[in-house]
Amino acid sequence: MKRKTLGFVSMALLMSLVTACGNSGGNPTANGSEAASSSGGAAGTVIKIATQSPLSGSSSIQGEAIRLGAQMALEDRAKEFKDLGFSLELVPYDDQGDAKKGVANSEMIGADQAVLGVIGHLNSGVSIPSSVVYEKYNIPMISPASTATEFTDRKLKVANRVVARDDFQGPAGAQYAVNELGAKNIFVIQDKTAYGQGLAEAFRDEAQKLGATIAGYEAITVGEKDFNGVLNIALSKKPDFIFFGGLYAEGGLLVKQAREKGITAPFMGGDALDSSGMVEIAGDSVKDSLYSSVATDITKSAEGKKWADRYKEKFSKNAEGYSVYAYDSMSVMLNAVKSAIDANGGKLPAREAVRDAVRATKDFKGVATEVSFDDIGDNVYAKVFIYKFETAAYPGSLVSEVSKQK
Amino acid sequence: MLASILGSLPQVLIDGLALGAIYAVVALGYTMVYGILELINFAHGEVFMTGAFVGTATLFIFDDAGFLSSAPGWIVYFIVILISMIVTGLLGVLIERIAYRPLRRAPKLISLISAIGVSFVLQDLIRFIAELITGNYIVSGISLFNGSFQLGTSSLTSSFSDAFVKNNTFIILGVAILLMLGLDLFVNRTKWGVAMRAVAQDRETASLMSINVNKVIVLTFFIGSALGGATGVLFAQQYGTIDPYIGYILGLKAFTAAVLGGIGNIRGAMFGGLAIGLLEMFASANLGLITNGSFGSEYKDVFAFAILILVLIFKPEGLFGRAVKEKV
Repeated sequence: MKRKTLGFVSMALLMSLVTACGNSGGNPTANGSEAASSSGGAAGTVIKIATQSPLSGSSSIQGEAIRLGAQMALEDRAKEFKDLGFSLELVPYDDQGDAKKGVANSEMIGADQAVLGVIGHLNSGVSIPSSVVYEKYNIPMISPASTATEFTDRKLKVANRVVARDDFQGPAGAQYAVNELGAKNIFVIQDKTAYGQGLAEAFRDEAQKLGATIAGYEAITVGEKDFNGVLNIALSKKPDFIFFGGLYAEGGLLVKQAREKGITAPFMGGDALDSSGMVEIAGDSVKDSLYSSVATDITKSAEGKKWADRYKEKFSKNAEGYSVYAYDSMSVMLNAVKSAIDANGGKLPAREAVRDAVRATKDFKGVATEVSFDDIGDNVYAKVFIYKFETAAYPGSLVSEVSKQK
Repeated sequence: MLASILGSLPQVLIDGLALGAIYAVVALGYTMVYGILELINFAHGEVFMTGAFVGTATLFIFDDAGFLSSAPGWIVYFIVILISMIVTGLLGVLIERIAYRPLRRAPKLISLISAIGVSFVLQDLIRFIAELITGNYIVSGISLFNGSFQLGTSSLTSSFSDAFVKNNTFIILGVAILLMLGLDLFVNRTKWGVAMRAVAQDRETASLMSINVNKVIVLTFFIGSALGGATGVLFAQQYGTIDPYIGYILGLKAFTAAVLGGIGNIRGAMFGGLAIGLLEMFASANLGLITNGSFGSEYKDVFAFAILILVLIFKPEGLFGRAVKEKV
């Protein structure tokens, strides 16, 4: 393990070096646009909203989706704010999916007095430490993607999210498995990581509560390729459902090796299986596997389809799962800014006012989700969506959605 | 409990043999180099990994050229293994030339660190290339023999249940046995084999007997690395997905197998590999049953390594090792 970690650390160091150089090149443009808008004068007071998401590295596709979704919402509302005498400006930051970089960016955002809010981050691991910095500067943040329970459980005034919590996803999967599919004898596998174990335990407890028996609860090691041992146990227990808490690299191999052993029970996992890599690894074996996700398939509704088409036309890219959540997050943020402006008699509001206005959001109707924040910043309308791979192609098709039971 | 263990035994044996055969052939690479240079070549796990990637890449190239559909599967398999062996064999020679030969007179610890350095370089190099070409460092290759069938082991005695066997498992076992037999014959029956054993026993004296020591060392690295590369192809075919880090844990286990059999002893490495593979698979399938759920299958490695420690306490030279005199 040690060598592996070392390898990652050295890679990370290299990456941060590279981007440090990139940043010094990037900053002048931000300053340039600032200069341009302030010299414009007539446009009025500048309000900046920052985005923080990984724009480089392995999750840059999702990170870019967040930035573009937010940008689209901002541009949609620009005229409305112009009439109020403010010009909106988006400042995208690249957190590289790295907590250190995210925190450093947060400090820069905090120092820029024109920034009133942040849309981000993608990774829970970055959202959590960065939110501490935002709390210091009273900048509200809305995450379109971070699901870890700890993100809002610390009861920060600034931390909000529009998606579901991890401790809701596992139970939602269990409800679907037991109530819809009639699973009675469930075999649970997890990968010993914080994510996988947490999800698997939440699933297991809920499934037991609903009356299913847990035939086995076994663990695998991340990075291994041979899961025959665990699957041999599953084979002898003859489960009618298998749940896996872990990532797609292991999940894909598990399905594949299970099918090779003649295990035909349905296979289900969490949002980490929501990846084209799953199909690539498991091949045809992936058919009929299920996964839960916090992102909906927006093309299902007419309004969502229209939005996705508009997104594609604007950026010539297909909308990713999180694009629309970033769009809704930005809309919520701008509504809060607007109500804070109104409350302040049409003048630029203080950050504290915007922060409280964001938390006070109630029954906002977005493209993907309705938003009402509870007292710790979780969205009470957040849903978990269950997808199924009908064919060996990504993404799977939406088969069910589970709302939080209050 | 016993009935359940017995019931899954055929499946456990088959899966364990396949895994053990892979460990065994990789262990040969460690043991041969140690026999000759008394150097633990920690880069060997990465040579194995490189073999897996070279094999997969070759298959992709064949597929693009349309060769895959026109030639029978076993011929393609054979060619892929051959290409992979040649590439990794040359890689092994290159590693020896660059990282070990300049340090041959330096203390052993220095070469060890050099070996660890090489394994880093290989991991990141392969990761870089894989990401450059496919956009993802976890690569799913083409499987040539995808089928599997049910082995009617339940007809032997009623306490066994049927086992499912991948066709590729037979290829793994067959190729591994061929490679091991070939190596055994080479070392024991040919002139070069005699030279290798002579260098292993006493490098100075061997050079006085007009044996070209450098050539023998290069040959050892070539053969050891080629064996590792061939196993890499077998591994990629068996599991379908590879990443640049597969060599690390597998290399450690193969090294353990070499130590278990007595490092420097070729037959010992073969036995050690099979033993570790079987133990691991057995522990993985049955630990939960034996301990009544308090230790799950995730403790399989603890089980296998605990046995290794026990063996080494009572027989420090390994199961087949003889005190220093004859190593190869």
